Amino acid sequence: MNRTLKLNQVDDQFIKQIEQNSGQKLNNCYQCGKCTAGCPIAHSTEFPPHKIMRMLQLGIKEPVLASATIWLCLSCVTCTARCPKEVDLAHIMDSLRELAIKEGVTQARKQPIKLFEKLFLDAIKQHGKLYEMGTLARFNLLTLQPVKDLELLWPLLKKGKLKFTPESINDLEKLAQIFKSSQS
Amino acid sequence: MKIGVFICHCGNNISAAVGVELVARHALRLPGVVCAHTIHHACSEPGQLLIQKCIREKGLNRVVIGACSPRVHEATFQRVLVQAGLNPYLLELANLREQCSWVHEDREAATRKAIDLIDMAVGKVARLQPLLSSKVDVNKRTLVIGGGIAGIQAALDVADSGHEVVLVERTPTIGGNMARMDKVFPTLDCSACILTPKMVELATHPNITLHTYSEVEQVSGFVGNFKVQIRKKARLVDMEKCTGCGACTLKCPIKAPAEFNLGLDKRGAVYIPFPQAVPHIPVIDKSICTYVLKKKCGLCQKICPTDAIAFEQQDEVLEEEFGAIIVATGYELMDWTVYGEYGHGKYKDVITSLQYERILSASGPTGGHIRRPSDGKEPEVIAIIACVGSRDAAHGRPYCSSVCCMYSAKYAMLTREHLPNSRVYIFYMDIRAYSKMYEEFVQRAQEKYGANYVRGRVSKVFERNGRLVLQGADTLLGQPVELEADLVVLAVGITGTASTIALAKKLNISHDEYGFLTESHPKLRPVESSTPGIFIAGACQSPKDIPLTVAQASSAASKVLGLISHDKLETSPLVAEVNIRRCVGCFRCLDVCPFSAIEEQVLRDGSKVARVNPALCQGCGLCSAICPPAAIALSGFTDDQLISQMEGLCSQNPV
Ligand SMILES: Cc1cc2nc3c(=O)[nH]c(=O)nc-3n(C[C@H](O)[C@H](O)[C@H](O)COP(=O)(O)OP(=O)(O)OC[C@H]3O[C@@H](n4cnc5c(N)ncnc54)[C@H](O)[C@@H]3O)c2cc1C
Ligand code: SF4
Ligand code: SF4
Ligand code: SF4
Repeated sequence: MNRTLKLNQVDDQFIKQIEQNSGQKLNNCYQCGKCTAGCPIAHSTEFPPHKIMRMLQLGIKEPVLASATIWLCLSCVTCTARCPKEVDLAHIMDSLRELAIKEGVTQARKQPIKLFEKLFLDAIKQHGKLYEMGTLARFNLLTLQPVKDLELLWPLLKKGKLKFTPESINDLEKLAQIFKSSQS
Repeated sequence: MKIGVFICHCGNNISAAVGVELVARHALRLPGVVCAHTIHHACSEPGQLLIQKCIREKGLNRVVIGACSPRVHEATFQRVLVQAGLNPYLLELANLREQCSWVHEDREAATRKAIDLIDMAVGKVARLQPLLSSKVDVNKRTLVIGGGIAGIQAALDVADSGHEVVLVERTPTIGGNMARMDKVFPTLDCSACILTPKMVELATHPNITLHTYSEVEQVSGFVGNFKVQIRKKARLVDMEKCTGCGACTLKCPIKAPAEFNLGLDKRGAVYIPFPQAVPHIPVIDKSICTYVLKKKCGLCQKICPTDAIAFEQQDEVLEEEFGAIIVATGYELMDWTVYGEYGHGKYKDVITSLQYERILSASGPTGGHIRRPSDGKEPEVIAIIACVGSRDAAHGRPYCSSVCCMYSAKYAMLTREHLPNSRVYIFYMDIRAYSKMYEEFVQRAQEKYGANYVRGRVSKVFERNGRLVLQGADTLLGQPVELEADLVVLAVGITGTASTIALAKKLNISHDEYGFLTESHPKLRPVESSTPGIFIAGACQSPKDIPLTVAQASSAASKVLGLISHDKLETSPLVAEVNIRRCVGCFRCLDVCPFSAIEEQVLRDGSKVARVNPALCQGCGLCSAICPPAAIALSGFTDDQLISQMEGLCSQNPV
């Protein structure tokens, strides 16, 4: 990203695609930085939200799709709620994740995040709610770090925040329907 | 002698650095002082009432006020004295704010200095004498110099109120820079549609005499009574006979770059600057006309159906008298060719903003089609570089030109309207859109017209494969950027002009180092110049847009109307006076007086002595300082008054 950026080679297609998918106009952003100021994950990423916006305005595609930001984003929607120009940045983050998956942009750093999201959804699919113990155990095994966060186990058990067995909702049938329709 | 001393806190402007109570207590011990008070705001109503109460109850006959600069409130406090029945010249102001509290941080030292200033004021006030002002007639005619939108507006406002106005414009037509514009922010209305009707109204107004192609040559006199020489340059066209048909301009074989179109195309030696020019009468450029130079050609004369070409015409010098003068001589673009990094002017497709105005204009050299100068092609990528020349201390211009951010956004809109498939990039440092509807205007350029704003100055423009390459940075992205463009428009900053500086010298008004005229007070007297009776309006005072220019012009007009609504004017009695018994007739004073107020007077014995014309004298005191036998005294600043002031300082009164 420290090469000189050729403004003539702007990826119009990419800009259009993101604008269409998110329903947002990228030029509406005037780079005030309020999204970044309120974003809980901004400090832990190379490209905080306002910079993602600037890169999008300039049609910079690969680095955005490959960035950790779009996967670290918690969808807390703080950015959207506070943006003075009514840019729905959380929606844009959604569109970016979608596009990254569609284009198969994979990068070492974002692998575990993607895996976590998959395991999370697997659990929801199966039980209709999160099964923390199982999801975390699978995540730790698959990422070859079996003792990760082990020190939290006892305090959480003591407070009743973790259960050994999964709980399910009643109407799993309906849930299956929702998953099916969302994938079509 | 009963002196009252009043020390002002000025909110805490003074009291923050000066121990005002201590100063007041000290004053009470000075000779002749019968009362001393501190006041929160001496200029406010309670402050004024307190001073008047003391004058009446304590029978004060001299007043010292330790407050702000006399420039701010001397007149206010003089009125206070008058209302309490005292002569206004029995007042002495000690400037405890600008000359003390504002410039010192050490409280103890500042307080000591304030005490010194009060000692001096009390010393001087004891010697002051009542003075009476005299009255002079006020001429009701107004001279407006400069026929841009500022001059036009001011002239119409004064003339509409029934007073006579003379407008002097240097070029062959009125209209100024606004006439060059296609559409104007923030409403994007067509400039000609709002300007040309005013130009015509001015030319046909029964109370206005218009002298175009004319200049002010010499000015003398004073407020209410100015004498002005106006040089009407020979147009070599008889304005009475000419019908403005323009036949001559079509046939003239000589060509020169057209000033009005900023060199984008050519005009003849006989030309009308632009189709809506007022007056719509050609002028012959004597520097290139071959008939004028070598008596060859004369085609225009042969062609003119009304025999209006008048090669024999000579300059004419008019002597006129006015009560007030409004200066509205406008601005120019800075010389941007000093920037080698933008090509010094060697690339044809690097143009100035004013040139772009002409390219956008339907009556411009390209008929309103955006074509670049080099090959007449429609540009696809247009780059605008903001702040060229402005905010650049390294090139001696630290100030903001205030309109370029707005017209850059305007260009983005107009360009995309003309060429919907073009791309417009604006390289900027900050976007300054401070006025009504301005921020919305800039937002619209981005949101609706897709203007691409890149935050960062361009460091270099150069040619590569027939395109212009801009090297810049996107500071929001934190990365260098590069753009290939077909046309580069430089938003060149605004400067005062050499012509305004020359005029300022004739008028004896002050200007700054950039050629902008200086107002008498930046907040409270924004349209008054440093010389009474001369007012300033428009971009000659500082860079400004049309709405502000018009507001200032109307404001100057209202000041003029206020002035000429009087039949007589009180003159200041603070003038110099010659003691003819002491004067030896050396006339050193005559040489130094900047206002030509000193005259020769022949006495009955035939000897010559100096005399001061009190109407012209501005009370500067140069004559009294230079006079070898000390024959000239300046009222209010006589030798004994100044010596008494110094004695006050040196008397080491107990603190
Ligand atoms: C590129 C550009 C675009 C702009 N676009 C806009 C816009 O869209 N909207 C907006 O609001 N503002 C705009 N402005 C600002 C606008 O041009 C000024 O506000 C306005 O022209 C100022 O008017 P003026 O009468 O003070 O000065 P001028 O228009 O400069 O007129 C001064 C007049 O005085 C004459 N003169 C000069 N010296 C003498 C002399 N010694 N004796 C006699 N006559 C003399 C000149 O010949 C001229 O006719 C723009 C400015 C620039 C540079
Ligand atoms: S808060 Fe909105 S306008 Fe401000 S930088 Fe973020 S997206 Fe842009
Ligand atoms: S929604 Fe995402 S980008 Fe927006 S504030 Fe929350 S975490 Fe940050
Ligand atoms: S108005 Fe804008 S472009 Fe012009 S000098 Fe000021 S900041 Fe620069």
